[in-house]
Amino acid sequence: MNYIFYFLIVISIIAGAVNGKLPEVVNSILTGAELSVKVAFSLIGIMAFWLGMMKIAEKCGLVEVIARIIKPVTKRLFNEIPQDSPAAGDVAMSFSANALGLTNAATPIGIKAMEEMQKYNVDKTSASNAMCMFLAMNTAGFQLIPAAVIAVLIGIGYKNPTEIIAPTLLVTSIAFISAILLAKIFQKLWMPQKLAKTRAKEEKVEVKL
Amino acid sequence: MNGVMDFISLWALPFIILLILTTGLFKRVPLYETFTDGAKDGFKVAVNIIPYLVAIIVAISMFRASGIIESIENLFAPVLSHFNIPADTIPLMIVRSLSGSAALGVFSDIANNLGPDDYATKLSAVMVGSSETTFYVLAVYFGAIGISKLRYALLVGLLADFIGIVCAIAVCNWMF
Repeated sequence: MNYIFYFLIVISIIAGAVNGKLPEVVNSILTGAELSVKVAFSLIGIMAFWLGMMKIAEKCGLVEVIARIIKPVTKRLFNEIPQDSPAAGDVAMSFSANALGLTNAATPIGIKAMEEMQKYNVDKTSASNAMCMFLAMNTAGFQLIPAAVIAVLIGIGYKNPTEIIAPTLLVTSIAFISAILLAKIFQKLWMPQKLAKTRAKEEKVEVKL
Repeated sequence: MNGVMDFISLWALPFIILLILTTGLFKRVPLYETFTDGAKDGFKVAVNIIPYLVAIIVAISMFRASGIIESIENLFAPVLSHFNIPADTIPLMIVRSLSGSAALGVFSDIANNLGPDDYATKLSAVMVGSSETTFYVLAVYFGAIGISKLRYALLVGLLADFIGIVCAIAVCNWMF
């Protein structure tokens, strides 16, 4: 992430200078910063609503029931988190909301799922394997009906906008499955969190000595 | 087919809300207190993600304003036209992982300029419909719980995006 952050900004400034767009680049800092606060603030209300709803769902045992239903799946994909915990149920609910295209509900529930998974994380500053798997599934954007796209197509007078659904579903499924497989592969290849943490500690000790 | 989908998108949310509230009532959960108790965290979570969002959204805004996406388009257009990929869709392939609203905007431009019968419209519709903004998702979800070491999460997200683009091109070539 450090390199990407650096790369995005430095490349933008250099490319802006070359293309004679430096003023636009500088202005975009302000608009970007404003936009981020707007996005965050627009989340407050809907976040509060869904966190409230999820609390009820959790207390009445609904989350646990859902966790139990999808247990065969979570057992394989999320072996770090206990299968009957709210974490597993939240993951399932967030994923269902995403698949149904309920973005407003999916984000708050997804964040709730992340908070639950954080409880089982050995290093609170770095991403656990379960989190990486969850986000891999999320970024692949599995969705049954691409509503926004269909709205645009209807707007331009596309004759049969639903013909886009089948190919989209096919593509998103392939991307989704590859994301899961990739996350599984990287889980094995990457340095485990515990090891990384102890190494970091050892380095600090060495610096002190 | 259309009717079923409209029905699902109309009823999914109301159904979930009814299910949660009714189960809660039957299990004698104090609905109002529990709801407000959970909702309290809404503000905290939203404020927590601001630093992460500012880092990502500012960097991406600068990237888009710098005109580099157009440069990449010009660079790759001749290569991609060999594979029957219209140059108009190149900005979309890049923006898709960076910003959801921008991707939808680019797609609207393509659709409005080229019209419903153009291949680029169909290809970009599939590309946008099958994607989720990797950078935004990572910033929001990891930001909310204060994680800054993403390990392999970004790499997996971007690789999956790339696979999605390749698949969209292959599937559209085959179907349209």
